[in-house]
Amino acid sequence: MDTPASTSHDPDLLRRLLRAKDRMDAASHEAWPVERLAGVSHVSAAHFARAFKDAFGVPPHRYLLTRRIERATALLRDTDQPILDIALQTGWNSLGTFGRTFRDITGETPRQLRARQRAATHALEQVPGCYLSAAARPDLTIAVSEKRRREAGDTLGAPNTEQDP
Amino acid sequence: MNHGALATDITVAGLVIGLYVRDQDEAHDFYVGKLGFRVHTDARNGDYRRLTVQHPDQPAFQLGLFAPQPPTVDADTAKALREIVAKGAMPPLVLVVDDCRAAYERLQARGVEFTQEPTERYGSVDANFRDPSGNGWKMIEAKTARA
Repeated sequence: MDTPASTSHDPDLLRRLLRAKDRMDAASHEAWPVERLAGVSHVSAAHFARAFKDAFGVPPHRYLLTRRIERATALLRDTDQPILDIALQTGWNSLGTFGRTFRDITGETPRQLRARQRAATHALEQVPGCYLSAAARPDLTIAVSEKRRREAGDTLGAPNTEQDP
Repeated sequence: MNHGALATDITVAGLVIGLYVRDQDEAHDFYVGKLGFRVHTDARNGDYRRLTVQHPDQPAFQLGLFAPQPPTVDADTAKALREIVAKGAMPPLVLVVDDCRAAYERLQARGVEFTQEPTERYGSVDANFRDPSGNGWKMIEAKTARA
């Protein structure tokens, strides 16, 4: 195993990386450039993204994206706020980017998700908020761009598979 | 099967639950010096140290502050456990308090690392903090406190 990989298993480093993850959790609506995260973890910006991915399995910005979508999902479900307000509150600069990213990750538009959640009965009051939010967290194991590419491919391939009996 | 009937035929007079910490001295300073626990047991045998603490309000409960180390676990397992704790992957512990915001103010002034400020939801208030090792705590206000 090479040196960077083994140092990323150092518990002291992991604890500092956890601090960066905690800070994103606490303020996912804020901008988190790598330099800011690296500063929280007291590591160089050059090493931060790799070390974070080694520790938590996802690159830091993809992790941030899942937290934003999770929070937007909760606001769509639990409030009557306009979708634009939710987009701005959860860290996006435009409704367009929010809507597109949301659909790419969850498979439905914010409006569709809200309608579906409203239709379902709510028996969630007894579940602690942290479990709720963790359960609703999108499992984003690939990059959003890769997900878009694959889904475009699936769409193109779909007619062929359907024609086969 | 009637689990309710089974549960009452053993009288439980106390409870000890252990945490893995990276450094027992550091954990002692945190749980005793900042959170207000008291030492219940501090016994050493060679490298092994059994350290448990207790909150004065909950005398039937002891929190064990244990270091993952041989011979309790082998060296590789100890290393893995230290990594898991440092990544915050252990399930959160819960501290139920009568006033979450007041406790937050006091603990933060003592240097406790909060990961979430007091937040109101589901009719209660909760905040999150971590111990120096990475163990997460949820501090939840008892719903009955303000009923």
